[in-house]
Amino acid sequence: MATKVIHAYYNDDDVLMHAVKKVKAAKHPIEEVYCPFPVHGLDKAMGLAPTRIAITSFMYGCLGLAVAIVMMNYIMIQDWPQDIGGKPSFSYVENMPAFVPIMFEMTVFFAAHLMVITFYLRSRLWPFKKAENPDVRTTDDHFIMEIGVDGNEKELKALLRDTGAVEINSIEK
Amino acid sequence: MASHYEAPIRKPLVLGDRDYHDVSVDIARPVETRANRQWWIVFTIAFVAFLWGIGCIIYTISTGIGTWGLNKTVGWAWDITNFVWWVGIGHAGTLISAVLLLFRQKWRMAINRSAEAMTIFSVVQAGLFPIIHMGRPWLGYWVLPIPNQFGSLWVNFNSPLLWDVFAISTYLSVSLVFWWTGLLPDFAMIRDRAVKPFQKKIYSLVSFGWSGRAKDWQRFEEVSLVLAGLATPLVLSVHTIVSFDFATSVIPGWHTTIFPPYFVAGAIFSGFAMVNTLLIIMRKVCGLEAYITVQHIELMNIIIMITGSIVGCAYITELFIAWYSGVEYEQYAFLNRATGPYWWAYLLMMTCNVVSPQIMWFKKIRTSIIVSFIISIVVNVGMWFERFVIIVTSLHRDYLPSSWTMFSPTYVDIGIFVGTIGFFFTLFLLYARTFPVIAQAEVKSILKSSGEKYKKLRDAGQPLYQIQKTATIREKVAEDQSLPSEGSKKEVADLLGAIGVFDAKRETPDDLKRIKGIGPQMEQTLNQIGIFTFAQVGKMTEKEYNLLDSITGSFPGRAQRDDWAGQARGLNNSK
Repeated sequence: MATKVIHAYYNDDDVLMHAVKKVKAAKHPIEEVYCPFPVHGLDKAMGLAPTRIAITSFMYGCLGLAVAIVMMNYIMIQDWPQDIGGKPSFSYVENMPAFVPIMFEMTVFFAAHLMVITFYLRSRLWPFKKAENPDVRTTDDHFIMEIGVDGNEKELKALLRDTGAVEINSIEK
Repeated sequence: MASHYEAPIRKPLVLGDRDYHDVSVDIARPVETRANRQWWIVFTIAFVAFLWGIGCIIYTISTGIGTWGLNKTVGWAWDITNFVWWVGIGHAGTLISAVLLLFRQKWRMAINRSAEAMTIFSVVQAGLFPIIHMGRPWLGYWVLPIPNQFGSLWVNFNSPLLWDVFAISTYLSVSLVFWWTGLLPDFAMIRDRAVKPFQKKIYSLVSFGWSGRAKDWQRFEEVSLVLAGLATPLVLSVHTIVSFDFATSVIPGWHTTIFPPYFVAGAIFSGFAMVNTLLIIMRKVCGLEAYITVQHIELMNIIIMITGSIVGCAYITELFIAWYSGVEYEQYAFLNRATGPYWWAYLLMMTCNVVSPQIMWFKKIRTSIIVSFIISIVVNVGMWFERFVIIVTSLHRDYLPSSWTMFSPTYVDIGIFVGTIGFFFTLFLLYARTFPVIAQAEVKSILKSSGEKYKKLRDAGQPLYQIQKTATIREKVAEDQSLPSEGSKKEVADLLGAIGVFDAKRETPDDLKRIKGIGPQMEQTLNQIGIFTFAQVGKMTEKEYNLLDSITGSFPGRAQRDDWAGQARGLNNSK
């Protein structure tokens, strides 16, 4: 990671998108972009890999379904089979219609909660975590593009100025 | 710009000449300012009702369920009526945040936060009733399938009441994380605006250190989408399972297959009515008329009308099927509902739920705020009576005429119900003062497509943005350069001449750091120049800004962009 970075401030999402494309085309490394709201297409323009969090959610859902089946099979069929309301506990498959609601609820429960926990851990979000946005205005109306400096700093700054940055700061990290 | 295109026929969702910063200011205002008198009055009423409810709950638990009006024939009445009513109200929140997200409805963004808050608060109220009705709520954990001291004594997974336990707890917890995840960027906005150390600390804590990186936003959007996909079938399942509490029994009037869809439609119906009730008040009290517009209210009224018609269809289908089935018990149950001793409740239900929403066919009526508010209350009264009719009139005349009876609530029944209403409004009023009540990050993301300012620009054929190549390049972010240089005595005199001199004898200095863009160092610089009060800063114009820039030699243009003068005037007025 470069020790010197440039923070280019933008106050418009369209201007930012153009700038990201230009900086990318000039082959300067964009290390981070801080935004006050989601800018559609920014991840693609920056070259970020697609997120796989939906896939994890699917797997967590499968886990929840499995837990529900194992739990109800053990409790209702194996451990203490009872004849409730004239409906004996024969086998899991035969009694399954009554178990569908909870199979569904457990699937959703696992898929939702474990996915959100994964998101919080991967994006490093938890209580008492210190915010890392470099300027308080990035949660209001400013966007900051953080670019690593390797090589011609002057040229990069001139490029950033041309893309419509409203402030350009050099920061030693 | 093609990416922000929206058909010109669509009306703006954010009114007025608002840009991104204005959205932050508007949404943060209720949190940053003090509560007014009306808020305290309403809060006190709600809190007193809540306390009464607590008293009645304590009495019920210490004495027993016998304090309620239940009897041998009517073993379920207000408790389950209130439970179903509150769960139903909760459904609109999930519908707005999840289903409308899947359908990419932009208008949901102004109302989803409050609707979800309403969901969570009302499911909390709903959950209270089964817990109180247990009689010994400290044994509530017995509904969970946990190993216990009684050997293999497990809960019964065949029972819809147990399905309810799983459905309601999944629903409450998933709604909560959905809500909180959406809140993170908005809490972060308030955190970054906060000036008081305590506020800063609290909002730092609840925003989980949200920094708004591009990757965070990418994941955030994916998580929102998946949660919406999960919450949509979840919300449908919850009221389906609630309806199973009745439909799987063999009581005439309950044992009907139409219950699941009919209950879900009724839930959405009552929930949207409650959203309308709350938001019509909130937009006024919090000054959010530009975000929650008449168009929003109209769209919600249309949903109320549609779901009300579905509910009406279900009522009529029920009657038809009772007759068509040829089962005399079923026929009697419905005849008794409409013409028996509870005819007034049935009539109230029919009028409030079937007739009253039909007036929404008239555009004049559904765009009238006062009528919308009245109808929203009427609908919620009607939906409470629907549950009462289904539950009590199906029970009070059972198979054995000698045990036929009536139900009358005691003051404890009424007290607990009123108490939950008080609890609900207590929570909602606290929420309205401490939470960002509109999903401001999402509103900002649709501002260019649906904001009035940008729509007008687009209609006029003007660009939505301009690339200005005037940035100043600074080597180090440092406010320590901003001390006034020696040779600027004349500029200082000019500046103070324009904005007034601070009189240390009569005036007290203000905390200039409260103005966005002024840090501790800049405040010191301003003090050295002789600027101490909001009144002084408030008088600054273009000329004074330039003077200030030439004196300090730093931050060119920042004061204009942050509008120090405008901010200072606002702060001065609220001093």
